[in-house]
Amino acid sequence: MRFLFKTDYEDDIKLFPHSGYWVSYGILLALLLIAPYVLSSYLMSQLVFVCIYATVGVALLILTGFTGQASLGHAAFLAIGAYTAAYLQKYNVPFPVYFFAAGALTGIIGAMVGFPALRLTGIYLVIATISFALIVEEILARWESVTNGNEGMRVKTLSLLGVTVPRDSPTFYYLCLAVLVLTIVGTLNLLRSPTGRAFVAIRDSETAARSMGVNVALYKVKSFAISAAITGFAGVLFAHKLSFISPEMFTLQLSIEFIIVILIGGAFSLHGAVLGAIFIVMIDPFLTYLKDDVPGMIAGIAAAFGAGKATAGSIQSNVAAFASLNGLKGAIYGIIIVLFVLFEPLGLYGRWLKIKLFFQLFPLYKRATFKRQKIYVKSERNR
Amino acid sequence: MSYFRAENLSLHFGGLKAVDAVSFAVEKGEILSIIGPNGAGKSSIFNLISRIYRPTSGRIFFEDQDITEEPPYDIAKLGIARTFQNIELFENATVLSNLLVGRHRHSTTQLWQELLFLPSVRANEKMHRRRVEQVIEFLDLEPYRDKLISGLPYGVRKVIELARALCSEPKLILLDEPSSGLNVEETDDMSFWIRDMKSELGITVLMVEHDMSLVNRVSDRVIALNYGRVLAMGSPTEVQQHPDVVAAYLGA
Repeated sequence: MRFLFKTDYEDDIKLFPHSGYWVSYGILLALLLIAPYVLSSYLMSQLVFVCIYATVGVALLILTGFTGQASLGHAAFLAIGAYTAAYLQKYNVPFPVYFFAAGALTGIIGAMVGFPALRLTGIYLVIATISFALIVEEILARWESVTNGNEGMRVKTLSLLGVTVPRDSPTFYYLCLAVLVLTIVGTLNLLRSPTGRAFVAIRDSETAARSMGVNVALYKVKSFAISAAITGFAGVLFAHKLSFISPEMFTLQLSIEFIIVILIGGAFSLHGAVLGAIFIVMIDPFLTYLKDDVPGMIAGIAAAFGAGKATAGSIQSNVAAFASLNGLKGAIYGIIIVLFVLFEPLGLYGRWLKIKLFFQLFPLYKRATFKRQKIYVKSERNR
Repeated sequence: MSYFRAENLSLHFGGLKAVDAVSFAVEKGEILSIIGPNGAGKSSIFNLISRIYRPTSGRIFFEDQDITEEPPYDIAKLGIARTFQNIELFENATVLSNLLVGRHRHSTTQLWQELLFLPSVRANEKMHRRRVEQVIEFLDLEPYRDKLISGLPYGVRKVIELARALCSEPKLILLDEPSSGLNVEETDDMSFWIRDMKSELGITVLMVEHDMSLVNRVSDRVIALNYGRVLAMGSPTEVQQHPDVVAAYLGA
């Protein structure tokens, strides 16, 4: 086990507490950089989605994880980013301009959502953000002169400084990766400065934050704006990756997926957002597998146990019908959330921390180390 | 003019007069204790000063400035810090970041500078960190710097709350029952710190306290309240011998 010996205040500020981090993150970055030359095009495409989802995950983490303001409206912010990009593209606006315009517009709208949300907490805030998302969805479907309504909009191939960047090219992947890395670094910077600490203070005790001089309303709006702006940036990339956008892509289910990203990633950490993004993106191939292969497999098993050909066939078609049910994805998400909240409240990253600690303390690991305990009931009087 | 002044301060919840036309003044550099039975309105006065409640009537002055209408977050900026009766720490953060939030009123950096963590932000952070370290040393909190609040015992949390208030370099500090839940030894420590705050750091102290031995040891003056009204004001012994105070505590 390593003991950090701090000799300078800088040691409390720097991002990597010791040299080991440089090695491990260096290796990770190198692997990510050579990924396009090693992985299949399908996996590369999934990796791009991981980057985009993780970016949104980090954005949502700033708002929900650090500031404590739940949101089920992030699909709407993503949509605003995506549609801004698609709309400005029609007028031949260059990529850097509409990229930042999308972020700025989404940030402003995020701040506007933040204002009415100031008076709401908990479940009421969730309802307010859902309503916002529904309103945006409706506007996208009805405002046909701009959004082309339910027919959706085609997004032209990205062109960066005169070079076209197809959506399955390594360059596009590097772009998404760069946005993700910059988002993470920016967030880490924020967390080690007064603003980030004010966010955490608001999450844990608004009364105390206020009495320490934090303008709670201002920082909540800031948090909404930052979170929305980052999601807007991700929305531009999302639009380019899909090359076609329509209102039904930005539904409540997508917002729930983003919540799952941070919930399953867990432990209120940026690591968690990335792990959660990997999880949510990889669940799709799993569902496809469920749809394509499992019915045949079950029928095969049934046949092996002596079921007749007709019975096996009917089992196969029944299972196939079940696997392609409309709400199945939502149901599976629901089950996943419930299981994680019950059995792994610290999420995937929490599990990783436990595994790491197990090896660090090897013969001395105590199971109770991460046991949740509540020692004091906090006063609710001043809320 | 007094350093801090409350004039005819009232707080009514419907028909209940939690604080009823209370006037008092705090001189610069003194330790003033407010005592009284449960429900006398002591904590309500604190909540009025830090603007958690809005006074029904009356005015509050600090350094000859009317602060009755200031927004709550500006009270800290003026140099008034407080602790809470039922500890209000940021549970899921480390001791260090709790204390650094105390430095919030001194932060000058802009959001975009912080996103890039410019050298100016870094320099500011180091400065804040140094100031926090001075408070850590003052209150002997060295063993807890990187610990999460949620894992610390009550006595330590109490001290950390005091530390967080001190980190904001206040001119006036409001201590809401600093010794509640502390054992005898911890209460002794607390009384030394309160006196040191006055003598070494030059902070004016206004505190609500039930522990009479602590009140006697540290206070310059004492105010006794009951049912939102001032019963007596004066030196600790004077107030404790005042017939109304005796009646309020023991029954007439």
